Amino acid sequence: MPYSSLSDIQSRLNSGETTAVKVAQLYLDRIAAFNDTLNAFVHIDPAHVLAQAEASDKYRAKHDARPLEGLPIAVKDIFCTQDGPTQCCSNILKDFHAPYDAEVITKLKEAGAVLVGKTNMDEFAMGSSTETSAFGVCRNPWDTNCIPGGSSGGSAAAVAAALTPAALGTDTGGSIRQPAALTGITGLKPTYGRVSRRGIIAFASSLDQAGPMTRTVKDSAMITAAISGHDPRDATSVADAPAVDWLAACESRDMKGLKIGKPKEYFVDGMDAEVRASVEAALKKCEELGAEIIDISLPNTEHAVAAYYVIAPSEASANLSRYDGVRFGHRCENPEDLLDMYTRSRDEGFGSEVKRRILTGAFALSSGYYDAYYLKAQQVRTLIQQDFIQAFEQVDIIATPTSPIPAFRLGEKTDDPLTMYLSDIFTIAVNLAGLPGLSQPCGFANNLPVGLQWIGPAWREDTVLSAAAAYEGATDWATRSPAAFGGES
Amino acid sequence: MSWEVVIGLEVHCQLNTDTKAFCGCSTEFGAEPNTQTCPVCLGMPGQLPVLNTVAVDKTILTGLAINAHINLESKFDRKNYFYPDLPKGYQISQFAVPIVEGGYIDIPTKDGGEKRLGVTRIHMEEDAGKSMHEGLDAVSHIDLNRSGVPLMEIVSEPDMRSADEAIAYLKQLHQLIRFLGVSGADMEKGQFRCDANVSVRRPGEPFGTRTEMKNMNSFRFIKQAIEFEVLRQIEIIEDGGEVVQESRLWDSVKCESRSMRSKEEAHDYRYFPEPDLPPLRVSQQEVDAIRAGMPELPGQLRKRFEIEYGLSSYDADVLTQTLESAAWYESLVAAHPADPKRCANWMANDLLGRLKEAGKELSESPVSAAHLAGLLDRIADNTISGKMAKDVFEAMMESGDDADTIIEAKGLKQVSDSGAIDAIIHEVMAANPDQVAGYRAGKDKLMGFFVGQVMKASRGKANPGMVNQRLNELLKG
Ligand SMILES: [Zn+2]
Repeated sequence: MPYSSLSDIQSRLNSGETTAVKVAQLYLDRIAAFNDTLNAFVHIDPAHVLAQAEASDKYRAKHDARPLEGLPIAVKDIFCTQDGPTQCCSNILKDFHAPYDAEVITKLKEAGAVLVGKTNMDEFAMGSSTETSAFGVCRNPWDTNCIPGGSSGGSAAAVAAALTPAALGTDTGGSIRQPAALTGITGLKPTYGRVSRRGIIAFASSLDQAGPMTRTVKDSAMITAAISGHDPRDATSVADAPAVDWLAACESRDMKGLKIGKPKEYFVDGMDAEVRASVEAALKKCEELGAEIIDISLPNTEHAVAAYYVIAPSEASANLSRYDGVRFGHRCENPEDLLDMYTRSRDEGFGSEVKRRILTGAFALSSGYYDAYYLKAQQVRTLIQQDFIQAFEQVDIIATPTSPIPAFRLGEKTDDPLTMYLSDIFTIAVNLAGLPGLSQPCGFANNLPVGLQWIGPAWREDTVLSAAAAYEGATDWATRSPAAFGGES
Repeated sequence: MSWEVVIGLEVHCQLNTDTKAFCGCSTEFGAEPNTQTCPVCLGMPGQLPVLNTVAVDKTILTGLAINAHINLESKFDRKNYFYPDLPKGYQISQFAVPIVEGGYIDIPTKDGGEKRLGVTRIHMEEDAGKSMHEGLDAVSHIDLNRSGVPLMEIVSEPDMRSADEAIAYLKQLHQLIRFLGVSGADMEKGQFRCDANVSVRRPGEPFGTRTEMKNMNSFRFIKQAIEFEVLRQIEIIEDGGEVVQESRLWDSVKCESRSMRSKEEAHDYRYFPEPDLPPLRVSQQEVDAIRAGMPELPGQLRKRFEIEYGLSSYDADVLTQTLESAAWYESLVAAHPADPKRCANWMANDLLGRLKEAGKELSESPVSAAHLAGLLDRIADNTISGKMAKDVFEAMMESGDDADTIIEAKGLKQVSDSGAIDAIIHEVMAANPDQVAGYRAGKDKLMGFFVGQVMKASRGKANPGMVNQRLNELLKG
């Protein structure tokens, strides 16, 4: 039972076999049992979770069940919620309580979901390992000496260890897909503009996008269906986005005739041999299912990481200016004057990775360097977008590894930010181009999960979901669970 | 050798929208601090801006009124700096591509001509909040009611060559903005504020180092500040020194400027495109629709008044200072079409003069256009003399009654009955036989004496024209 998918729980609720309260209690018990080990959750209010479940059961008794009625969903600490603290795993927002819900939280509530709690993350979503969290590192359920990926590592670990059947993450340069890959679950980053960013604490506004982290492809579709849609209070949310029949996309599991692009830049020397073998095998499987594998090139891929690490910190340096100790969040004790208040509050409140990126961003935007860095990075971004547009003239979808390596050991890369930045090497270009991307499990390397990444054309989440669902249906990777947490891998 | 002054102006003008630039909060002035705020204009985490399109339309209208180019696609940028009254740590503004570029304002010159002053650009931006230090002991409080209020920044070319030209430009702009109805432009409420960039040079030389006089909101202070700054710079250079590029504040009490911050501390605003707002696109059709709805502008109105009503350029200028005064004049003429010039004289000199003395706006005038027209009618039909009309007007200003009521009540009706006038003349002649004899002997100057006596005897009510005519006839005997 704890390893059920959302859709499995939903059918049990619909048949009356169980109740939302029982489901909630089951997961609360697992959180109580395992969270000390994993540190996947940073805030849990069991009474409030049960109260929501109770309300959902009452609702179900009186009305037709809503799309996510009674289903537990955890959310990354980056989503503002009126209930409980929203801290972005940063000391500068310690004990901050948002007076509003993020639009996606409102939508989850309206769909009947039971919000389980806040999950651990890299501070302000800056990191690839959930080691920069001010509330302690999160651990990978497959090997607790390893990181779960980042920045949505808490959501990934929580789903992988079945402390919740599903969670929300955000993805700025791969922060849903990379941890999903490293913990053996499914994670979807929708097209930029598909899901409202309002109420999500901004990291890099032009790249951030919220999405689901689940055990199955269909579960991701269910959640995306609930959280997507135009938000007039987010000017970057697209009003006339092409609609997707989310669930139907997962049902059409036929891969026959699907043209899958295999970009040579994503199968390079230096990547883990077992990761490569797993992904190659997955593509072979797709071929057996009737797909056509086409070798393609995305020539500007090599510049993606550099462009990303200029654009994202630039936007972040501005987005994080509001944490200045004036109106909310942490303020230093007894400031001498205004400048002292700013500098000490921010020095005390931000961790070193956040400071590093603020400095990088401020530098890249400063006069005299703007053209050489920020402007150049935006030009690269345009080239990367064009690469994809050209590729999609040839193929329906692109398949790549999600991460060049499986989960690494805690502390292994913390002293070397540049190698850490390379963890996102296969996911970043998707954010720069604003495209939908999905990672799903496709094998193991060194006994740790390997992720297969699907990249679709803009607004074609249906193509991505149907390919992923077809692959999922033909393999059993999505059913594997880490043994130490009651799984049977 | 003489000095040439070079002035460029940046005007911040608050658009009179009901709601703020990027959220739904009210923009009303004078509310309790921090009562007109929401998570967006407080810069709370995760909150996003949504552009107020009314502010866009008003900026486009202003651009069209100065004959500028409207960019159908413009962009918003972030201007980054830390200040406690700037909640997000950046101001959303337009830097690289503003919505309005080019354009000009013509000011009248002393020789009766016009000088064309260039406008570089008008861009949209949001206002910051307000820091309050007064009456607070070693602490500051922040009022964010103003945070996010939409502004136009109107940047001129460095085309002004004197403080007078700068003021003329500002007055034209101020009047234009009020005509367009895009801003109250109330300077006391900070709705129309000005930064002046001032430098001096020898004629023909390149621009000198400029200083920026910040945030002035009175024409008088702006003039004083520019004149002070010009003299200060000339003195520095003539003493062999160099002008330092800096921002300066005008102290209107001490009548001097002081340095705000020097170049070393100059901000690097790290502008970059605002990722929370897509490019601002407007269609040519929308621009055309705004142009079609543009009201008559002061310059056009002035010229029309001169031609259509035969007014002097001075009167036309006075009467077109505001839309209300122009409309008031036109309704006066509509009610008294016989003599537009008399209408103009009475309105410009008597009505506006008296209102100004009383510190009242035209909208508060006790005398309506219809009532003033009624008074002018009574002058035209000789019911009262022009001189008596002044008294009637005063009474109208006091009571708000119409002219006929007052003329009736005071018994001011002019005597135009020739029998009654003849009777008075005979009385006067009988009482002054010596003067009659003198007149008849050729002392023509005595005519004035008789007119005065007759008017006195009639208590001013006799029709002066008829008195003159009858005296001429009767005195000759
Ligand atoms: Zn507001």
